[in-house]
Amino acid sequence: MSDTILTLTIDGQPVSGLATETILQIARENKIDIPTLCYLEGLSAVGSCRLCMVEIEGSPKLHPACVTLIQEGMVVTTQTERLQGYRRNIVQLLFAERNHVCSVCVSNGHCELQELAHKLGVDHIAFPGCYPELEVDASHRRFVLDHNRCVLCTRCVRVCAEIEGAHTWDVKNRGMRSRIVADLDTPWGDSATCTGCGKCVHVCPTGALSEKGKSVAEMLKKRPSLPYLVANRTEERQ
Amino acid sequence: MNREELKNLADEHSRHLEGFTHHILVCAGLGCPDNEAIIAGLRRVVAEQHLDKQVLVRKAGCMGLCALGPIVLIQPGEITYHNVHPGDAEEIVAALGKEPVPRLLLSEDLPFFTRQYKNVLALSGRIDPESIEDYIAAGGYGSLLGVLTTMRPADVIRTVQESGLRGRGGAGYPTGLKWATVAKALGEKKFIICNGDEGDPGAFMDRSILESTPHAVLEGMIIAAYAVGANRGYIYVRAEYPLAVKRLQRAIHEAERKNLLGHAICGTSFDLTLQLRLGAGAFVCGEETALIASVEGRRGSPRPRPPYPAGKGLWGCPTLINNVETYANIAPIIRCGAEWFASIGTEQSKGTKVFALTGKIHNAGLVEVPMGMPLREIIFEIGGGIPDGHTFKGVQTGGPSGGCIPEEFLDAPVSYESLSALGSIMGSGGMIVIDETSSMIDVVKYFMEFCMEESCGKCAPCRTGTVQIHRLLTRFQERQATADDLAMLEELCDLLKSASLCGLGQSAPNPVLSSLRYFRQEYLDRMIPADTPGEANS
Amino acid sequence: MKKRRLATLWLDGCSGCHMSLLDTDERLLDLAAQVDMVFSPLADIKEFPEQVDVVCIEGAVSSAEDEARLHRARRHSKLLIAMGDCAVTGNIPAMRNVHGADAMLRSVYLEREPLQAQIPGTNLPPLRDKSLPLHHFVHVDLFIPGCPPAADTLFTALNGLLTGTADLRLDTRFGA
Repeated sequence: MSDTILTLTIDGQPVSGLATETILQIARENKIDIPTLCYLEGLSAVGSCRLCMVEIEGSPKLHPACVTLIQEGMVVTTQTERLQGYRRNIVQLLFAERNHVCSVCVSNGHCELQELAHKLGVDHIAFPGCYPELEVDASHRRFVLDHNRCVLCTRCVRVCAEIEGAHTWDVKNRGMRSRIVADLDTPWGDSATCTGCGKCVHVCPTGALSEKGKSVAEMLKKRPSLPYLVANRTEERQ
Repeated sequence: MNREELKNLADEHSRHLEGFTHHILVCAGLGCPDNEAIIAGLRRVVAEQHLDKQVLVRKAGCMGLCALGPIVLIQPGEITYHNVHPGDAEEIVAALGKEPVPRLLLSEDLPFFTRQYKNVLALSGRIDPESIEDYIAAGGYGSLLGVLTTMRPADVIRTVQESGLRGRGGAGYPTGLKWATVAKALGEKKFIICNGDEGDPGAFMDRSILESTPHAVLEGMIIAAYAVGANRGYIYVRAEYPLAVKRLQRAIHEAERKNLLGHAICGTSFDLTLQLRLGAGAFVCGEETALIASVEGRRGSPRPRPPYPAGKGLWGCPTLINNVETYANIAPIIRCGAEWFASIGTEQSKGTKVFALTGKIHNAGLVEVPMGMPLREIIFEIGGGIPDGHTFKGVQTGGPSGGCIPEEFLDAPVSYESLSALGSIMGSGGMIVIDETSSMIDVVKYFMEFCMEESCGKCAPCRTGTVQIHRLLTRFQERQATADDLAMLEELCDLLKSASLCGLGQSAPNPVLSSLRYFRQEYLDRMIPADTPGEANS
Repeated sequence: MKKRRLATLWLDGCSGCHMSLLDTDERLLDLAAQVDMVFSPLADIKEFPEQVDVVCIEGAVSSAEDEARLHRARRHSKLLIAMGDCAVTGNIPAMRNVHGADAMLRSVYLEREPLQAQIPGTNLPPLRDKSLPLHHFVHVDLFIPGCPPAADTLFTALNGLLTGTADLRLDTRFGA
């Protein structure tokens, strides 16, 4: 079943892939750009940012490309005005949710949220800011967690649990009060499980997680080679 | 236990019950005040007058008419007393076999009683929820024994399919189809789950069923587990329902002792263990994938479907997950047949549905009606209409995920299709009646606040969008809204509906959308004229 | 050709956007050929004039006075441009919104052991509790994000507006 090759159309382009592959994988393979924020190759896909929603012919609903498996004969559209409108609104909602001030951010110029806004043509935030009072956890020797800049993509949670195997990070509370927490809500520096590997910092799409000592625009992130790590581990197990 | 033993037990207990000349049944639901004291008072009086051998005072499940509770039912004679106080005990006992106490008497031909069709609630208020013998004497577990001894799993599934039963939790997915899918799913281990995480404001159908007839739910679950091939199951109940939890625990224990649950049930090769899991107060855990995550001991947040739980559910195994009321429908369907069930209701919506009537209505309480009954009949005849001379404005069905239906559509029949065509949903069965003194904006804002507080926070549209919609509704409430705000409100509702991850986010805008459809003028009346410079949008 | 009337307004910002405008260097002469600068912190004119074609506004709205000046500018201008992040998002001035103006003033002027602890108030417009971007008060015709927007971006925008380019594709972003 998994070696069946399926053919489908994405944005009018005929493409093919395996039955175990997602729309997003096939689109990227074929240089078709679908915006994402929570998705990162090598981590499990959670489909939570909803930016990669696409239209599939014959289905009244929208589908998240990162978790939707391809099917034979599928006709996928990724760039309609409706979809772009939703994406622009989601990005604006994220900006309004917390205190994102690009001009003074360590990740200015290297931030995926900032870049998304630019790519999608978001030139202002229509929604009023919520301006929540949020903490900056600088208790760790080498790293900082600034909740003001967090978009709750949970990449840090997943990389720590799935790749590093420490599961230091998780989410507490719900709704707008959701926060990333270390262990059972301890300051990061006091975490008994954190190995200090820094993978979370480097998968974080914004300036929420950064290295200490970095000033404005200085935090360049080096995405760890997650697909490589994952591929090697899988081989080892076989 | 085999069929004969079950019959013997039923006969024996029936004889015991028939040994009393009078039965006094007291509603012992969580909602009725002082019922413990009423029972104690009645028992004391009975004991004092040495009537122990003639009069049996029993606690019973909910009798439905909560607005006039506590209710006491005298058998034989079907004499119903309302608003009973512990001090009424002597009068009630003295009147046994004579003229009923006029002060407390409820007329038995009230439409509230005569217009209902009791199926799921048939035993509610008639038996002691904490006695398995009571349930068995009333015919309980007969369906299970019949299934185990005369039907193959495929026969059970076919019966449920032919009955036309659809999920009572809200979405109305065909139950038989779900069972067939789980039965066919590949997997050595399969699970069965009962969703009792009822969380809609104004809904208490499942609570009442669990409190009144816990064994009916268990019987439905055991039959379902047999049909789909599951050997382990969980009943997920919110911790806010302590009485339901207590009675379920007791029911599971009693069923195990009678070999109706556990290893080699009734001497067959079928095993099933059921356990309780308590919800910690998150509304989202009523969503099936979040509920499953919670049972697994993880954070209760939904995940994208597919894969559906029927294929990959609890711990990755095929899992059947149904709502409390759905399971409670199973034993009657087996007992009376699929044809009987399918003869009730409408073309697409079969059987009966339990509704919780609340809000501005005389007979607030729990009612069960055949599908297809017009809303008007439920609200004005069974429900007794609007109190204090006020007029009807709308009825919110489906709680925070539903919509508000105005007067002009009151003749619509209640069914999955008609309610959804009206921009609302059947939902789990909450009906909140609103009169002309309430502002739709206030009502809608209340529901949006609920969704905002209960959003799990996982997906961006629901987590952030509910906050912005709530803020916009506040601007309407404060008469500060502009035409731009109205446009933004509609845009955000569309975003949540189309792009949210789970059903909660997708349906969160429903109250706003339905009120914009039927009560748009209320929004327009609260906008500031276009040429006035607006207050800062903050 | 009749010269277009250009104004620039400085609300709560650091003047960096105006500096960036000056950074267009020799192209200022091209602009000057097309416009009359009728109001600007760069020119000594006291009152915002009437019948302005384009107004570029730097800074967030942080006081009642800012708000009044913004509304006047909007009333008398055909096109209103939010110039730079403070005008577009609130940016730095809006960082106080988390705690409100009062808490910020107390923290800066009273709670940091200053020599003469006092909140300056005489002859100063009182701060709004929240500092907000322009579009929360008036309709904005063009947003030019950036902190500050590059001189090239500002020139492209102004030149485009003055020459009537329909589709302005500005390569700028928040924080740029």
